[in-house]
Amino acid sequence: MYVAVKGGERAIDNAHAWLAEERRGDLDVPELSVAQIREQMTLAVNRVMAEGSLYDPNLAALAIKQARGDLIEAIFLIRAYRTTLPRFGGSNPVETETMQCERRVSATFKDAPGGQVLGPTFDYTHRLLDFKLAADGDAADVAVSEPHRGATPHIMSFLDREDLIQTEPAGDDVPDDLTRTPLELPASRALRLQSLTRGDEGFILGMAYSTQRGYARNHAFVAELRIGSVAVEMDIPELGFAIEIGEITVTECETVNQFQGSKTQPPQFTRGYGLVFGMTERKAISMALVDRALRWKELGEDNLGAPAQDEEFVLYHSDNIQATGFLEHIKLPHYVDFQSELELIRKLRREAHDTISREAAE
Amino acid sequence: MSDYNFAYLDEQTKRMIRRAILKGLAIPGYQVPFASREMPMPYGWGTGGVQVSAAVLTPDDTFKVIDQGADDTTNAVSIRRFFQKTAGVAVTEATAEASVIQTRHRIPEQDLRADQILVYQVPIPEPLRFLEPSEVETRKMHALEEYGLMHVKLYEDISQHGDIATAYAYPVKVEGRYVMDPSPIPKFDNPKLEMAGIQLFGAGREQRIYAIPPYTQVVSLDFDDYPFQPTKADHACDLCGAEESYLDELIMDDAGGRMFMCSDTDYCATRRKQGHVGAQGVPYKEDAA
Repeated sequence: MYVAVKGGERAIDNAHAWLAEERRGDLDVPELSVAQIREQMTLAVNRVMAEGSLYDPNLAALAIKQARGDLIEAIFLIRAYRTTLPRFGGSNPVETETMQCERRVSATFKDAPGGQVLGPTFDYTHRLLDFKLAADGDAADVAVSEPHRGATPHIMSFLDREDLIQTEPAGDDVPDDLTRTPLELPASRALRLQSLTRGDEGFILGMAYSTQRGYARNHAFVAELRIGSVAVEMDIPELGFAIEIGEITVTECETVNQFQGSKTQPPQFTRGYGLVFGMTERKAISMALVDRALRWKELGEDNLGAPAQDEEFVLYHSDNIQATGFLEHIKLPHYVDFQSELELIRKLRREAHDTISREAAE
Repeated sequence: MSDYNFAYLDEQTKRMIRRAILKGLAIPGYQVPFASREMPMPYGWGTGGVQVSAAVLTPDDTFKVIDQGADDTTNAVSIRRFFQKTAGVAVTEATAEASVIQTRHRIPEQDLRADQILVYQVPIPEPLRFLEPSEVETRKMHALEEYGLMHVKLYEDISQHGDIATAYAYPVKVEGRYVMDPSPIPKFDNPKLEMAGIQLFGAGREQRIYAIPPYTQVVSLDFDDYPFQPTKADHACDLCGAEESYLDELIMDDAGGRMFMCSDTDYCATRRKQGHVGAQGVPYKEDAA
């Protein structure tokens, strides 16, 4: 006798309880606080904010804690929360020229107004495990210098003056919001950039890397990479002027790319652009390279058939929440479809078998 | 759960989804792009269906969720609970009592009425996707009604296997115009796509909604000499004895012993309550399940 498998509800409840227990781990080890994650796992927090498209370090830290450190799961928590928030309106474009830079480097000029500021970077650390950290993580006192006040001009603006770099005229039109309108192709550059900035870091990195290795190569120089805080301003119709509603840390990367010229353009440098929430340097540089690769059509370049040039390929596959959902859903029950396949393959094999034995008999 | 709006989504979002649904009903089988939201369950778990259900549910509705035909599969339980929590609607396992039924991979055995809505969860809404990976191209093909590629595929199946080698998500033509993916239902269910109820299809990750209005003509693609054949396992249900329902096959022991039972759990239970007993079944008792 067979009794149908029931108990989905109880199984789910028990799984959730077990999950909560696993998340907490050994009770003899003190529990992590959200503040600890926010302050000491900042780069993870930054990634969750960037790909979650929500600037809130506390919520991102909470999501990381809840997700047991699985950053894609944490990003998912943030995205699901984000969609429930009302939309009051759009901010004015942030003025990255007025950024209070913590880090600002240029690979194209040895020095420039505003200077090179190395900032808190891993770049020249030797990747040796610091066993002292295992026992004592307190940082030594370091000298502090006066921060650079006032605007730091973009390196690109110097090239702009000489007309050596393709101009990027400012437009007044309000771009579509990727999270409020369905993505339709061909997408505007604004939409592509939205998609790239929230896209999976690993995917964007891989795409960018492929352009460096020859799949639509567009040799990029990092004209400028800057990280720091910018003010976010919003026009309040009732007031008639813009007010500052907050401050966010962003990473901005502008690349200068070679360009041979085409039928429509004289030889001139071209640009790639990356702007990402938080200290997210790898992502911002990757974004700039992929942005540049996707611009082949407007710049009159050839389509080389490279993945990074294929807008549909890049935009449809960069979102890790979509990707992980669809990938992981194949572990859900599929026994109805599988049953129909079973019947089909049995039938096809029966028919093939009949044909073979008939031919053998003849 | 007062922190969220009725049925989770805010009214503006529901309005946007309803407009997509109405457009879908006006152009049967046409895939309407909509601004799909991130839901609190992963893409691939039925976010499209959940958004469509959220948009059509009213406080007076009675909601049923099935996955693989069953009400008690974990994801069906999870989605049903979600709307119990966020919409406070009545829920049921009885097909006849439900006004909105969300489904994954099956159409209920019992015929639906004109006052019922069937909401499908759709993974890949584009029937031409595995013939042409580009969305830009497939939209063009639909616009031009260029479905030759699909017929060539079916023809190649026949020349290679002697049969059309598609067992589920079998493509249909709606009202003589759009070729449509009926979602991964077994082709056994295809004839039921012509029904009295409203059928709505939601694909969250792919941001598409489409619909079949009541009594719309839905034709499974085939050839005159190779007509479409809905198929099922050549058995009767071992629990309720039904011969006309779609069956799941279960492996019972190491020796490969099998049994077959209705995939539609409500249909099977109802029959057993009525006294039908299959080859391995026992008379129905209220607490037997």
